[in-house]
Amino acid sequence: MSQVPLSHILMVSTALFFIGMYGLFTRRNMITMLMSVELILNSVNINFVAFSRYLYPDKLEGVFFTLFIIAIAAAEAAVAIAIIINLYRNFHSIDVEAADEMKF
Amino acid sequence: MSASAVVFYILSFFILATGLLAVTSRKIFRSAIWLLFCLTGIAGLYFWLQMEFIAAVQIVVYVGGIVVLIIFSIFLTQQSGKDLPAPVRGRAVFSALAVCAGFALTCVLLRGYAFQPLGYAAGAGAGSGGGGASVGNIGAQLLSTTEHGYVLPFEVISILLLAAMIGCIVIAIKTKPEDQ
Repeated sequence: MSQVPLSHILMVSTALFFIGMYGLFTRRNMITMLMSVELILNSVNINFVAFSRYLYPDKLEGVFFTLFIIAIAAAEAAVAIAIIINLYRNFHSIDVEAADEMKF
Repeated sequence: MSASAVVFYILSFFILATGLLAVTSRKIFRSAIWLLFCLTGIAGLYFWLQMEFIAAVQIVVYVGGIVVLIIFSIFLTQQSGKDLPAPVRGRAVFSALAVCAGFALTCVLLRGYAFQPLGYAAGAGAGSGGGGASVGNIGAQLLSTTEHGYVLPFEVISILLLAAMIGCIVIAIKTKPEDQ
């Protein structure tokens, strides 16, 4: 583990973050946008774990933040999928362009 | 280059390749399966960082929970054999440019910064001395009520999960025809 510098792990998580951003920009399907959000949250988790491991190996704060982020991501995915299913019931599509009823 | 570094670079290539396929695949079901591989690779990265508990949580919650939920909702809302529409060309080009610029900027910043731990009082954490991120230490500090304990966020998260569960049921419940 010590042969790999910390910045390489941070570059991997940055690349994963921007892959998720690309998906969020280009996709127009709600489920795939949700997948992109999951990728972004995972890149943040990698950052927390890497910092905790490399800089403060005897502290556990990074572990706790990662665990709480995973729990919140699970809650967020469940609520998002409930909203998506409700939207599909009303509009028969989960394209974000189709849900424009409140658009001015 | 040692074996550990080789494992790291293989893992990171796997994560980035499957992540890229997950956001660019035109079939939504394949996209979900690539996301599954990507999350498994991230769990492998946690194993490589010797955070076994987080890797286990990642596999249980993400791979076992969220991806299954996503696949379930794909089957509920989508004809899974149909291709997704291709992204608008101008939007794809501009977002790729923006993403590459952001990545380059962040990499330049990362390269120029020397990461050093801040000085802190030795032995300040309750239950965090010695064994590092073992499951026993994590459990002891997560439920401890002393200065560095995390029992309050733990309870708040449990309330949040309860609220999310009730909220999901209320949002996704099917209303009876006479209510409309």
